[in-house]
Amino acid sequence: MGERRLLKPERQVGITGYGAYIPRYRLPASEIARIWAGGAVGLPVKEKAVPGLDEDAATIAIEAARNALARAGIEPGLIRAVWVGSESHPYAVKPTGTIVAEAIGATPHIQAADWEFACKAGTEAFQAAIAFVGSGMADYAMAIGADTAQGRPGDALEYTAAAGGAAYILGPAEESLAIVEASYSFVTDTPDFFRRPYQHYPQHGARFTGEPAYFRHILTAAQTLMEELGYTPADYAYAVFHQPNLKFPQTAAKKLGFTPDQIKDGLLVDEIGNTYAGSSLLGLTAVLDVAQPGDRILLVSFGSGAGSDAFSLIATEELPKRRNLAPFTRQYIQRRKEVDYGLYVRYRRKLEMH
Amino acid sequence: MELPKNWRLRKQRYSMVGEICEKCGARIFPPRDVCPECSKPAATPYTFSGKGTVYSYATVFQAPKGFEEYVPYTVAMVKLEEGPMVAAQLTDVDHDEVKIGMPVEMVTRKLYEEGEEGLIVYGYKFRPRIHKSN
Repeated sequence: MGERRLLKPERQVGITGYGAYIPRYRLPASEIARIWAGGAVGLPVKEKAVPGLDEDAATIAIEAARNALARAGIEPGLIRAVWVGSESHPYAVKPTGTIVAEAIGATPHIQAADWEFACKAGTEAFQAAIAFVGSGMADYAMAIGADTAQGRPGDALEYTAAAGGAAYILGPAEESLAIVEASYSFVTDTPDFFRRPYQHYPQHGARFTGEPAYFRHILTAAQTLMEELGYTPADYAYAVFHQPNLKFPQTAAKKLGFTPDQIKDGLLVDEIGNTYAGSSLLGLTAVLDVAQPGDRILLVSFGSGAGSDAFSLIATEELPKRRNLAPFTRQYIQRRKEVDYGLYVRYRRKLEMH
Repeated sequence: MELPKNWRLRKQRYSMVGEICEKCGARIFPPRDVCPECSKPAATPYTFSGKGTVYSYATVFQAPKGFEEYVPYTVAMVKLEEGPMVAAQLTDVDHDEVKIGMPVEMVTRKLYEEGEEGLIVYGYKFRPRIHKSN
């Protein structure tokens, strides 16, 4: 039974390129508290990344994808799939994947599709890309998680719903910057967060989003993967968890037995907010920016609805040689322009003209 | 609706695919199938690096229809590293930060939307360069 739970392709697969993108604008959580709570609430994060007027999930995905291509050093035409996970695809009908694939020069001998699974749409695409390469159907496949998440004004989610994305090129292990040892996915039907068609803002189950949703799926996925691989937290140099706020990933890490040191490099939520499908994948780009060859990395996503994908990765000798070929995640975080609530309302088109 | 026009222009707009003249080596943007330097036919695709510098600029406060929500925005003449000069919007920069000679790089962004139900048109803009090694 144990053997059958792990997901492991016939052919060993790794990350041959990765790229991050975070928009320039930041809205401090204190600004939201000032408008909606008289400043008198605890803040789940310090600030969040807000997209510019000319940005959406497609443009975020394009820049992350170009950064991934620069590190992979391959011809874009060799990529056989561009899969974009998001809950904020610019069109209801028309794939984001086609726009991204065209912009990076990967068309036309290609698969292109959009994935949806709340905040784990990107790692869902990442799992499929491992299989696509691992089966031998393709040498390279691109998986992207990108979002411009929206929270209802005044709602708890408004403090964290942010914009950003990360792209990965999965390819043969022998060319990779980090090898995928194995993965595991854990999914149940859990109604913790959802959005009906034509609705602009999601509904969520407040405290119900914690124990039965985030923690059950993250902890089970992480524990099962480590148990079946015969690892403990001590075998990992880094761990990255989906980060909807600062407290959840810190608590999950502690419950699993990881130290604050093991999660600090991949914990970006306090500075950029919850970038939804980009969240855990951006945590991983930040870790790959600093990891050393031989370092083992645990990545665990979470998507409401609900489920978690867990991955065990090992950095290779190639990583330090090729990570300088595109901007680091921290460079995007440092490129920061603060906006107030009024400008945010304008940039996010929340202002109704009567 | 300008679907055919936008579709035809997608490669030059999304990723600055121009042409190179096989006779004299000139890099051509936008593509026009005839070399502006030596007047010979030139139709070999060439993807520009997207790197350039601001040659001149002006900030728009009274925008034409379809661009009103982006005001104020800066339009620049950008001298590309490969030679040609292009006109494009600058993005991710405050208008009072723009300087002649400023190094910029191409990014693909939303240019405009054809109303709430129509096409979203993407294309190149330029922003201050991020990557230190460039």
